[in-house]
Amino acid sequence: MTSPEAGAGADAVPFVLRRPGVPFPPPEYDEFRGRPGLVKAALPSGDTVWLVTRHEEVRQVLTEPRISSNPAHRGFPAPSRTGGVPTAEEVPGWFVALDPPDHTKFRKALIPEFTVRRIRSLRPAVEEIVDDTIDRMLARGDSADLVEDFALSVPSLVISSLLGVPKVDRGFFEAKTKVLVTIGSTDEERDDASQQLLRYLDRLIAIKTKRPGDDLISKLAGDGSLSPQELSGVAMLLLIAGHETTANNIALGAVTLLEDPQWIGDERTVEELLRYYSVADLVALRVVVEDVEIGGRLLRAGEGVVPLVAGANHDPAVFARPHEFDPSRSAHGHVAFGYGIHQCLGQNLVRLEMDVAYRKLFSRVPTLRIAVPLEELPFKYDGVLFGLHALPVRW
Amino acid sequence: MTRISVDTGKCIGAAQCVLTAPTVFDQNDDGFVELLQQAPDGAESRSARMAASVCPAQAITVRE
Ligand code: HEM
Ligand code: SF4
Repeated sequence: MTSPEAGAGADAVPFVLRRPGVPFPPPEYDEFRGRPGLVKAALPSGDTVWLVTRHEEVRQVLTEPRISSNPAHRGFPAPSRTGGVPTAEEVPGWFVALDPPDHTKFRKALIPEFTVRRIRSLRPAVEEIVDDTIDRMLARGDSADLVEDFALSVPSLVISSLLGVPKVDRGFFEAKTKVLVTIGSTDEERDDASQQLLRYLDRLIAIKTKRPGDDLISKLAGDGSLSPQELSGVAMLLLIAGHETTANNIALGAVTLLEDPQWIGDERTVEELLRYYSVADLVALRVVVEDVEIGGRLLRAGEGVVPLVAGANHDPAVFARPHEFDPSRSAHGHVAFGYGIHQCLGQNLVRLEMDVAYRKLFSRVPTLRIAVPLEELPFKYDGVLFGLHALPVRW
Repeated sequence: MTRISVDTGKCIGAAQCVLTAPTVFDQNDDGFVELLQQAPDGAESRSARMAASVCPAQAITVRE
């Protein structure tokens, strides 16, 4: 049933995402899920949005053509106080922010590079990257920060290899991408790093157009479906979408597996880690472009909608004992990668990276342990993504 | 018997189906779904139904 006062007028609850001492996903999600209709909330940015916490309705929002991914529409929500999501007008090729039919061209051009077969063929390259990263970490002595020295390095190196960044330049790439995701970086440092990366990508595209290799940029530059500007935006999107997300999952999962080693080597672990942590909870932001009923509420054009994937992935209607980490359950149907046409393009690469990362890490460093009490681990309470700022380890 | 059909126009190449029911679905080099069999039964039909439920693009139809 549609309630008459839906939309304007409903009181907005402040949306305090995560805070120290409270587990993630926060207990409020369970409470919101239990309420009829949807909850109206004020994000830290001040924008009011509808929060969606039930699995079924999250999937409905993410497949509803009257709900848009394009931040150019009036009312599109910004998650935090600083900056919003770029539009494809600001960064050509930023196709996660496009609706069909514009989105379709990019997705079609990219899926051949992310097929199951293609990703499987990358396993040796990913293994080599993970081995090299572990070598570098071990060479430092008997302790490290597993976030900085491992979890952030692996996805950056994997994406640069996929894009076709030559080995000699990967150190530059790794350093610049780290600046982008380090909370301590200033705005100037961040702007400077992304300008340098974009300039680098432009040059790389020019080179690969003349002398193609066996990599994503060469193939896309060669088939002419995207302009060079679009291609550099696409490369930047892959880099940003696939870096901190994957790093956070690798680091959080390492904590879980060090605490509960019985699951090390179990094939079902990665999927359950993805569901359990749902790090990209605040990523799939949307705006209503035509009135539509969701969860018994009439949502009006111009209203922001936030489908909380961590809420959906902890919905007891779909996952029994949702707050327990249990790889023996079927984590099938989780929406940690979103749902609908924007569902994560890199998801099978993530599965490969996590699998290789844990296999190598725990077999090559069998004495690995966390160097501080668990209560002292610095979780990311302040970012769009859930994760860890640092993970001090010893071996 | 279960009958499966796929709508390649809707498919977005996420390959959830291939991972869930590898003996029923395949992905061609362009990344789109291809059916390996149209009428699976037993365990294969169960995994095909599971694939239909996880397909993000709702591109898989199962008829009993
Ligand atoms: C654990 C790691 C990751 C998580 C949790 C994650 C999560 C997500 C989510 C929730 C979306 C949907 C956004 C929306 O609907 O608005 C998405 C889209 C996307 N992801 Fe990921 N992602 C991860 C890793 C990666 C990697 C490694 C890559 C690239 C190599 C990548 C590339 C993309 C792209 C390009 C999109 C946009 C797809 C589209 O709009 O069609 N992601 N991701
Ligand atoms: S799961 Fe659906 S969208 Fe993905 S490849 Fe299979 S049919 Fe296509």
